[in-house]
Amino acid sequence: MNQLKQEPAALKLTRKLAIVLFALLILVPVSIVVLASFKQMTELFMNPLGWPKTFSWSNYQEMFFEQSIGKYFMNSVIVTSTTIVGILFFSSLLAYAIFRFSGWKSAVLYGLFAAGMMVPPQVNMIPIYSVVSDLNLTNSLTGLIAVSISIFMPVSVFILAGFMNSLSREMVEAAAIDGASEWRTYLRIILPISMPSISASAIFLSVMVWNDLLFPLLLINSNEIKTLPLALLQFQGEFMTNFPMIFAGVIIASAPMVFAYVLLQRFFVEGVTAGSVKG
Amino acid sequence: MRQSKSLYLFIIPGLFFYLLFFVYPTINGLILSFTEWNGFSAKHWVGLDNYKKMLLEDDIFFKALTNNLKFMLYVVVFQTGLSLVFSILLVKNSKSNIFFRALFFFPTILSSISVAFIWGFMYNPNLGVINTALGSMGLEVLAQNWLGNPHLAIYSIAFVQVWAHTGQMVVIFVAGLQSIPEELYEAAHLDGANRWQAFKNVTWPLVAPAATIVVAYTTIQSFKAFDLIFALTGGGPVYSTEILSTYIYHTAFQSSEFGYAAAQSMGFMVIIALITLAQFKLLRGNRAL
Repeated sequence: MNQLKQEPAALKLTRKLAIVLFALLILVPVSIVVLASFKQMTELFMNPLGWPKTFSWSNYQEMFFEQSIGKYFMNSVIVTSTTIVGILFFSSLLAYAIFRFSGWKSAVLYGLFAAGMMVPPQVNMIPIYSVVSDLNLTNSLTGLIAVSISIFMPVSVFILAGFMNSLSREMVEAAAIDGASEWRTYLRIILPISMPSISASAIFLSVMVWNDLLFPLLLINSNEIKTLPLALLQFQGEFMTNFPMIFAGVIIASAPMVFAYVLLQRFFVEGVTAGSVKG
Repeated sequence: MRQSKSLYLFIIPGLFFYLLFFVYPTINGLILSFTEWNGFSAKHWVGLDNYKKMLLEDDIFFKALTNNLKFMLYVVVFQTGLSLVFSILLVKNSKSNIFFRALFFFPTILSSISVAFIWGFMYNPNLGVINTALGSMGLEVLAQNWLGNPHLAIYSIAFVQVWAHTGQMVVIFVAGLQSIPEELYEAAHLDGANRWQAFKNVTWPLVAPAATIVVAYTTIQSFKAFDLIFALTGGGPVYSTEILSTYIYHTAFQSSEFGYAAAQSMGFMVIIALITLAQFKLLRGNRAL
């Protein structure tokens, strides 16, 4: 932006100051929590902000060995990966059908999913709980996965259908004339060129599903199959004010997303932004 | 265009899940809202009783709605304002700007429950960082029970919501700002426009579509907040942070009034629909610009 070219010194200073302040506002709470996870409660009480005397892994050890956080971690991995694979498979097929159908069929299918995006899950929690309980699927990972797929699918259909609609129809028609089946066209032509928007949805959905609290809270009560956010909530009750212990849990639960964010930052921003703009 | 019958096979699996676990419950919720049901025994038809109770007798429902609106207003104003300012400051793709945009975006990937624990500690009245820091600066008078004070709690949580999501909105605004052609600024500059005039006449009208998206998304996102409030205060103290989503949860799973909770959900859905409609109008209005 050209307007910033001849920036007066005072303005430049204010601008930098504002950015640094905001950066500190993000960094300070996060660093305090990371440091606190290496302290004991007594040390945190006397020295809440400073560097820990020694970096003790005991909170992490307790999380893994006494609290079996590894189990919750695996539950989250199972729920998130199965849900994502399910959604991407179903929604890419649906988006392809929306792209290939013409006229009212396409419009009805598209409208059905677009309408779904306008109903926030919080509104639907009671009837969903009721249906899952009628099917005897409460307190099972299967029930949670089925619900998660259904809840988060509309956004992915929306993103993928939007992308596919921008593709050239001639290309698909040419494939049809050459005798390719719909399945072959989808698999060999559409799927490979849709990869950027498929990965954007995948990342957006991973963040949503990995962090989801509401549906695990509604549908799961057995300790064996709790997901990480639900387990964190349980630790809050159990350790009350033992913050270092809870923080070790927070860091373990956030680690995979943070790690992926550092590696794939650009895709995260694109994915979450595409999801938020459209969802 | 020739369409083969096999396309129907493409829609069956996704549609099956969607109809069973989303569309059917949505319709079923309406039926449930006319019944009394404790979650176990048989459902008992009560007609419009739940709606009467909600609209005429339930003060907490309206308290929750008011809290929703307070929370939303605060979040929309601050999140939109701050993200607009920071997107202008960080619009150029320099190395440091890209770094800061990534840093500000970072809280978006944390779960609301993790964010709740981070800020629950910051706000803790006894060993919390904020009060400790205020104390060490000799400003004890400013120390507060941030989440325990019924007049303050909802704003304390709204601040956390803004903390967590402003960076996401910065990214949306930056995309909008970067689509403004450079020549427009050069023309404004040649016409002798100062910085403020350039912002008012070039940036603002052209950033309006991005602003609409940010406002629309922020409105819905803040209106349907759940995790953050559930984990930070659970709706207390004395219902001062109870919002519709937490109230529906409490009605169903603490008071076991599932039918009534379904009626509340319908009320919630109508309000969301009204907000969405208002935004569509706003979107249209903007396109005319």
